[in-house]
Amino acid sequence: MIALVKALWTVFLHSFRKRATIEYPEKKAYLAPRWRGRIVLTRGPDGKERCVGCYLCSAVCPVSCIALQCAEDETGRRYPEFFRINFSRCIFCGYCEEACPTYAIQLTPDYEMSEYDRQNLVYEKEDLLISGQGKYPGYDFYRVAGVSIGGKGKGEGENEQPPIDVRGLAD
Amino acid sequence: MAVDTESGRAMNQTLVMAGTIAGVLAGVLVAASLLIWGERRLLAVWQDRSGPNRVGPLGLGQVAADVVKILTKEDWIPPFADKPIFVLAPMIIMTTTLLSFAVICFGPSAVVADLNVGLLFFLAMSAMGVYSVVLAGWASNSKYPLLGAMRAAGQMFGYEVFMGLSLMGVVMCAGSFNLREIVLAQRHLWFCVPQVLGLVIFLIAGFAETRRLPLDLPETENELVAGYHTEYSGMKFGMFYVGEYVGVVLVSSLITVLFFGGWLGPWLPGVVWFCIKTLVFVCFFVLCRATLMRPRYDQLMSFGWKVLLPLSLANLLVTAAVVLVRGGQ
Repeated sequence: MIALVKALWTVFLHSFRKRATIEYPEKKAYLAPRWRGRIVLTRGPDGKERCVGCYLCSAVCPVSCIALQCAEDETGRRYPEFFRINFSRCIFCGYCEEACPTYAIQLTPDYEMSEYDRQNLVYEKEDLLISGQGKYPGYDFYRVAGVSIGGKGKGEGENEQPPIDVRGLAD
Repeated sequence: MAVDTESGRAMNQTLVMAGTIAGVLAGVLVAASLLIWGERRLLAVWQDRSGPNRVGPLGLGQVAADVVKILTKEDWIPPFADKPIFVLAPMIIMTTTLLSFAVICFGPSAVVADLNVGLLFFLAMSAMGVYSVVLAGWASNSKYPLLGAMRAAGQMFGYEVFMGLSLMGVVMCAGSFNLREIVLAQRHLWFCVPQVLGLVIFLIAGFAETRRLPLDLPETENELVAGYHTEYSGMKFGMFYVGEYVGVVLVSSLITVLFFGGWLGPWLPGVVWFCIKTLVFVCFFVLCRATLMRPRYDQLMSFGWKVLLPLSLANLLVTAAVVLVRGGQ
């Protein structure tokens, strides 16, 4: 009996507690920078697309919601001809971001992407591409990678030495 | 001329009567439907949430939204049900609980029927209410409603016994079954002091009568789906739902009248005092729902018959002795 009265009193005291509810459209919950939300494609410091069309994101995606087609421009730089993410399937696991070798695909702290039409959840490349660099500013894959590309030969990248003539070593 | 004034007076009286009835009906129904919103808000307050606060100011439009929703829902009668009784059952609960309000005095003169056996009338009406639940479960012709109805029958008959007995102490102290005279007898001391045991027993019996959460065994969601109203939908379900709230308001106002001096109170008009006190008990009902867990059915029955019934009899005995000794002086 006393326990019951105590319980009633405890519950009553909860009237003066802070509400746990966040009144959503007016107030929003804090989202960490690494929160896994809407997926974007970022650009490098030179403003060019980072994606090199390696298909790793598409391969790792557990729900197969990423589709792309790789192409190559005249300088030998690879880029996706189309890049499509079906957000009605996406489970926001972030595997694509982990798999990406060039930091091109990134998840952002944004979840407000409801649509009335299911078809509108299929994002094309122009919907996914952002103008900025996302979470890794200053990173440029081609500048640190040892591949030759229009305007940059082998050995001209950062922390790179000119290629060694292997035959010359044998002399 | 004399005849004319007499008929005029009679006419006036009829008008006043009709006004009182309309006022009581409207007040009770508005209070009960506000409870749809109020209970959810209060439960939220005690669970550190906000509750429905979107529709209209403070979320009060939720009541209208819920009413529109429930009225436009499909009102389905299962093909296996006993149709006339199935339809009749929810009407009984509304009728009996609303009829009980006829004897409750909201103010010194604000009472529909100033019955000299008002309290007995209430007990009779609440006993009639059992029919609604049992018939609903029986007419549904389906297993969970039947189980719920059987539980309701056992629970409500059992708790009705000492609900009546717990009130007899009050009746002895006041020397009347008339609710107005019971209130007037509390001018010096509210009956919640000498009849504290009766109050506690009546409160518990009130929970069982209205089938509110600590004692809502006829409709336990986790074992009986929804108990006796499993097969009900649309406004017929709504009648059970609102009927429950009307019951809560009824028991709260009875507690006010019988134990807390009804309309008695300083400064404010009587009706206001009555409403304030009733509101406190309605909130207490919700607080109990937010706090207490429901007992097992055998615990409920043994608690009722083995603890509360002897207690109410003892209360009756002691009160009778005290009244007798006092009267003898």
